[in-house]
Amino acid sequence: MERHYMDSKIKGVSTGTTILAVTFNGGVIIGSDSRASMGGNYVCSKTINKLIQVHDRIFCCIAGSLADAQAVTKTAKFQISLHSIQMESPPLVKAAASVMKELCYNNKEELQAGFITAGWDKKKGPQVYTVALGGMLLSLPFTIGGSGSTYIYGYTDAKYKPDMSREECLQFATNALALAMGRDNVSGGVAHLVVITEGGVEHVVIPGDKLPKFHDE
Amino acid sequence: MALPNVLETPPSGFNFENVFRNVALEGLLEGGRTKAPKPMKTGTTIAGVVCKDGVVLGADTRATSSEVVADKMCAKIHYIAPNIYCCGAGTAADTEKTTDLLSSNLTIFSMDSGRNPRVVMAANILQDMLFRYRGQIGAHLILGGVDCTGSHLYTVGPYGDIDKVTYLAMGSGDLAALGILEDRFKPNMELEEAKELVRDAIHSGIMSDLGSGNNIDICVITKQGVDYLRPYQESEFKDKRQMRYKYHPGTTPILTEKIVPLQMEVVQETVQRMDTA
Repeated sequence: MERHYMDSKIKGVSTGTTILAVTFNGGVIIGSDSRASMGGNYVCSKTINKLIQVHDRIFCCIAGSLADAQAVTKTAKFQISLHSIQMESPPLVKAAASVMKELCYNNKEELQAGFITAGWDKKKGPQVYTVALGGMLLSLPFTIGGSGSTYIYGYTDAKYKPDMSREECLQFATNALALAMGRDNVSGGVAHLVVITEGGVEHVVIPGDKLPKFHDE
Repeated sequence: MALPNVLETPPSGFNFENVFRNVALEGLLEGGRTKAPKPMKTGTTIAGVVCKDGVVLGADTRATSSEVVADKMCAKIHYIAPNIYCCGAGTAADTEKTTDLLSSNLTIFSMDSGRNPRVVMAANILQDMLFRYRGQIGAHLILGGVDCTGSHLYTVGPYGDIDKVTYLAMGSGDLAALGILEDRFKPNMELEEAKELVRDAIHSGIMSDLGSGNNIDICVITKQGVDYLRPYQESEFKDKRQMRYKYHPGTTPILTEKIVPLQMEVVQETVQRMDTA
């Protein structure tokens, strides 16, 4: 097994990924690809789940070392559940994002994982937070992350509009993922999207051959 | 395990004290041009497939220590619970001990809670344990079993990452085995078809990988029970001893004989009375 990851900076399985989260009018869409790689040239899994549900209306997407990310989200899920039970009400998205941030910041030497936390709560409605590698926490209307995100900064900056409808937002997220997966070798597989609104959570899975094609493909 | 003081219970879990001893020994051995022995790796092909009625796990039986085959009939499919088995690749000692610890934990849990263990619980316990050791435990595991929620197959990496899958191969022969699995795997296969697929995948690993070989073990887990077929298929390339290798006394002639008495003096004499009443 060792020959698979000769000089990788991330030991073990890396999610080398494209993740994004976008708010729209009434909710938030969080999405990712589904490829897990080792060392930049071996795909360990074509169907890995990078959208982890940490509470009823709060999801997290993961980037970086798979082992570190899964360990952090497991701990975060437990802490958020406990917080919610103690407060006797659903947690705020900001609280969930802060839990991730605390874990990432306090263990920054050992961990190599970044997250996007998105969800809906009664106080502020749909929100998106990004927790970077060292533990920085930012609140944004939309955000992209992972190795594939570098290829779509231009696209998302140009095409994002505040207060989109659900369909517009779905199309925006799908296009962004498709463009990134088309250019980044460590992103690929299927596109996973989760639409979170006050009413509930809906999973949309778009297989690789059904993704939108652009002019040079 | 021999302890200097057998009355003292050893601390539970893994103990890294010998790391310091090994480093010191390496320092001593370096001067004499001898190298410390390398740990035994399984250099393996293991595979697992979820079929209609359960899970089929397969493994080869060769354990290597650098270039030498240390064990020709090593068991790589470890018992975890009556309904859960685990194949291990990587460092042989690590996979043995990790699966042993997991099995003990799950048995205690079963007795305490009165419930049968679930595969997802085994996977979570493994994940927690391996993540804590930051990849130092070289155990690449395929965990498979059938419980009240259905048939499940999990992969657990040495850094503590898990993934739930329907077919899987690991070890040094994984790419060869994966080729066969990718070609012929279909969801909801019949049991016999799944057994043949796993056998072929391991066989391909044995043929294409130097670290895998000898016989093929198959373990079939269904709701009705477990069928551990060891070996499912014997190696086609068995050696036969050509001659007798026993030598009778006197084969080597003795040319000279010299006896040197060792000077020993009595330093201390203690007499312990035995109570024979």
